[in-house]
This record gives sequence, C-alpha cells and structure tokens, in this order.
Amino acid sequence: MNESAIMVENLVKRFEDVTAVDGISLQVKKGELFGLLGPNGAGKTTTINILCGLTKPTSGTAKVVGFDVQKEKAKVKALLGVCPQETAIYPYLTGAENVDLFGNLYAMDKNILKMRRAMLLEKMGLAGDAKRKAEKYSGGMKRRLSLILALIHDPQIAFLDEPTVAMDPQSRHAVWDFIKDLKKEDKTIILTTHYMEEAEELCDRVGIIDHGKLIALGTPKDLISKNKVKNLEEVFIALTGRKIREEV
Amino acid sequence: MKFQRVAVLTKKELKKTVREPAVLFMIFLFPIVFVFAFGASFGGVGGGQPVYQIGVVSIDQGASVNGSQILLTAMSDTQILNLQTYIDNQSAQRDLSQGNIQAVMVIPSDFSQSFASYQSAPNDPNTWTNATIELYLDKGSLVATQAIPPIIQQVLTSLAGQNVKDPSSPFSLETASLVEVQAPSALDFIAPGMFTFASIFLIMMVAQSFAQDRENGMMKRIRITPTTPTEFMTSQVLSYMVIALIQAALVFAMVYLMGFKPNVGIPVYAFAFVLVLMFSLSNVGFGLITATIAKSPGAATGISFLFVLPQLFLGTFVGASLSSAAQVAGKFVPSYYVTNALTSLFLRGAAFTSFTVLLDFATVSVSCVAILAVGIILYDKYFKI
Repeated sequence: MNESAIMVENLVKRFEDVTAVDGISLQVKKGELFGLLGPNGAGKTTTINILCGLTKPTSGTAKVVGFDVQKEKAKVKALLGVCPQETAIYPYLTGAENVDLFGNLYAMDKNILKMRRAMLLEKMGLAGDAKRKAEKYSGGMKRRLSLILALIHDPQIAFLDEPTVAMDPQSRHAVWDFIKDLKKEDKTIILTTHYMEEAEELCDRVGIIDHGKLIALGTPKDLISKNKVKNLEEVFIALTGRKIREEV
Repeated sequence: MKFQRVAVLTKKELKKTVREPAVLFMIFLFPIVFVFAFGASFGGVGGGQPVYQIGVVSIDQGASVNGSQILLTAMSDTQILNLQTYIDNQSAQRDLSQGNIQAVMVIPSDFSQSFASYQSAPNDPNTWTNATIELYLDKGSLVATQAIPPIIQQVLTSLAGQNVKDPSSPFSLETASLVEVQAPSALDFIAPGMFTFASIFLIMMVAQSFAQDRENGMMKRIRITPTTPTEFMTSQVLSYMVIALIQAALVFAMVYLMGFKPNVGIPVYAFAFVLVLMFSLSNVGFGLITATIAKSPGAATGISFLFVLPQLFLGTFVGASLSSAAQVAGKFVPSYYVTNALTSLFLRGAAFTSFTVLLDFATVSVSCVAILAVGIILYDKYFKI
C-alpha cells in the first residue's frame, strides 16, 4: 500500500493567459482511492488529462507507476482506464458492441473479453439491455456503460472523472457500490468530483483543488477535524469562503 | 500496428454508415437516386462556340486538282475546326483514344479524282467517281459526336457548290465509330462522371464523423487507449475505401441497369475501381481538412461544400458543359483526372496501360495521397489523432 501509483511534482499547465494547473504536487499510493475535489473549472480534468498523456504540461513531472506520462505514453496507457467527464459512447453501437470495441482496442483476449463484458454488464445492471443500441439508453445507463468501457481491460489504475454527474440517486449508488468493489480488488482509483458527500463516502484521501492550486490534502476525517467543521462541503467553505457548487 | 485494433475500428465505422439513416442516405441512396433521376432526364449538353481538334489522315493520291487540299482549306476557314495532320491512321487513332483530338478524318485515295470528276460534270452524276470520307469520333464527348459530323458534312456540301435542297454529290461521310457500335446515349457520356460524383460526398461524411466524434468525446476516449495514430487513421481510410468501393459498385449497377454497357473487359473494370479507391483518399483528406476548420458537425457539413462543389462542377460529368475557363480550372481538382481516365477507358476504348490513362492515374494517386497527408497533418496539429 506504500508504493506510489501516481507521482505529480510541481505540475503547471497554462492555456494562453489562463493557468489551469498551478504547481500541484501529490502522490497516490497503490490501491488507494483518491478524490480530487473542487468546483467546475478548478483544474481537476486538466490534471487527469495530463496524467493520461492527453495534455502536455507546461512544466513539472507526472509519473504513473514510475513511467513518465509524456515519455512513456504507450506503457502508461496500457495501465490506465479512464472514464471521461462527458458520456463518451458510440450511440449507433449496442452496449455490448461498445464494450467489445474498447476491449479490442486494449488487445484483449477474446475469451477474457467475453467473460469480463458479461460480468461488468451484469454488475452495472445493463445485461438485459446489452443488445440495444446505446442511443436508446437513459442518461444514467449511458454513464454506467461509459464506466464499463473504462474498466473492461481490468486496468491497474482507474481515473473516474465525475462518474456520477447528472445521475439519478439509484444509478449513483450503483456506481458507488461498483467503485467500492474496485477498491476491494486493490485497484488504484482517482476520482474527481464536485459532490462532497461522494468523496466522503468513498475516498481514502482527498485533495481539494481551487483555481489550479492544491489547497488541502488529507483523509476526509482529518480535513473535517482540522477545519473544525461537519463535512467536506464546509471544509471547502472554510478554505475558500465559497460554496463548492456555486460555480456549477 | 495491431490488426485487431484496425479491424474493430473499421468495422465500427462501417456499422455507423449502415445504422445511421442520414449517413446511409448520403453515402448510398443519394448517388443512386441522383443517377436514376439525372440519367433518366438528361437530355443534352449546351455550349458556346468551341474549336474542335480534328486529326486528318490523307491517303489521297491526287488528280488534276488537289481536292483534299481544297477540302482542308474549307474546313479551316470555318474557324471551328482545328486540323492536325497525321501520317497514318494508327497514330491518329492513338491520340483520339487518349482524348487529345475529338475526331479523325480519313480522306480516301480517290478523293481528288472524285473532286475532279464532279468539277468536270457537276450535273451528270453518272460520270462521278464516288468517294467516302471516314470519320472517327471521340465517343467520350457528347459534343464531338453531335457537333462535328454536321459541320464536316456542311463543308462537303458547300465544296460541291450545292444547297441543302439538292444534296447530291460524289462525297459521302461515314462516321466509322458510330457505325461500329450503337450510337451512344446521353447516359453513356455522363456515366464515367457518375462514378466520380458518388465518392465526392465522402468529404462531408468524413468531416461530420470527425467533428462529431471530437464533440462527443470519442476522439479523446480513443486517444486514451493504446491505439496508435497510425492504427486509427488506417482504420478510417480503410473503412472509407470500402464505402467508396460499395458506392462505385452500386452506381455501376444502377447505370448498367439503365443501359450503360461499355464494351470493355474485367481488367478495365477492376482498374476503374482501383482509380475510384485512390480518389477516395483525397476525399478523406478533404474531409479531415474540413473537420480541422469546422468547430461542430453542423459547421463541417457547410464547410465541406467548399471542397464538394469544385470537385463536383469542375471534375465530373457537369464539367463537359462548362466554359473553357472552368474546364481549365478543372485540371486543378483530382475528380477531373478520375473522370477523364474513366471516360478514356469506358468510352474512348483506351487500354488502361495507355499513356493518357496511366498519366491520369499517376496524377490522381500523387494528388490524392498528398491531400490525405495534408489532411492528417493538419488535423493532428490542431486536434491530435
């Protein structure tokens, strides 16, 4: 549990005159469920994009299981599963076809793919709808399918970017249970969210980002106790003077 | 490069084509409906007063008067016919099959003798020596087949000093090309352009597909996987080549059913399909350039017409009826060379190993690969593949 899965040092990303990530440094241990919290536009997704190798940092370093995300992209990509913020699925493919496509993009063995597809669709409550075109799915079903696409290849590290945004409570709790199961499998999970109750429920540790800076880092319990408040929402207010969802 | 990734991405793209009604219509049904509607109603081609290139082969043995020289002078005086002399019929036929000239006129050995016989007794047909001028026409040109024979006939008539009411003379004109095969229909002239036409709309589909996948996050999602840019682009190019092949087959089936039956062998058909496949590369390239410029799938549709229309108007069957300036402009679009090569193959009877067809093929190949490369480089620069 002490080995680093993610190592970020003095990470900076500037887009013209906007600094989206401003000197973030953090470590995530293997098997840890780490929450990256903050309002929309805080720099969470940019940080994730840098860790996936999608965005080149302006300065600083980012490593995944010791591999530099810029210099060893292929090795990093094989280790990661990423569920992006937007519901990115092919609407004209069925649920099962979407899953098979991504399994094949990770060059999975046919039998293992078949087995994991069945297991994940079942776990996420989509087995009965696997043969329906994804465009016919409800919003919550699409989000759950998107999560399956990120995890079909059984990645060591999962980046879940706002996985429950705009979900109904039932779907949200199903995803929470799913994330808890992943943790039991000793997967390293980076969860970005602006739902503080989600972070409190799931995360071992959280980092709070605001205006691109990491303003707090610790277990939810420690942060709540240190700031003498009742929950993470109030931690954010104590640290910034604003509500986290005001900017949503 | 992992074939597994290329194969699934290609399959995915083809499924999209079949399952999305708008794409299905644009790619397959629209060209078929268009071919049917246009082919069924196409009546003729307008035009101004162009100059026709006529190859002249004279085997006239002469007589007391040089009849063939008088004929050629009269033809030149029309200012519509530009004459080019050949030493034999074979070399003239070669240029005709390659589209360099629009007709070959063979003046027979007894033409001057016939001319002299007419001059000595213009009112006594019994003393005339009859002579037949053979005329071979460019079967790939609707204008040539319709306009050139009456012009030459008129020259011959005036040469005999006759009017239309009294058309008898010792000279007759035989349009050899049209005697050998059935008279070509309007559909025959536009069919080669139809093959080119169908593939042009791939530009729009590629642009929409890339813009849409970018907008809904699928591009980003693919980039997160170990799929390499080469694997991704290979899958895209392969899928659109398959679509172009199916389009060409459907258009061919449609024009065949409507009566276009060129007298060529299977290798020529195979070569024609290869040509269309090469052409589809440029359409993928133009689609990528469009997707680079466009910010949304809707904008991609509109911007794609910047590339669709010039290819359509300057390089397909539409080009035959355009002004000479527009026809020169056509030489800057790949579709022109595809249509020209297909016309040479199907209508002029040129072999696919002939210089003109190979030159067109080389031009199409080089330009299309270059356009595809520019498309990939531009798209990758601004959006990353």
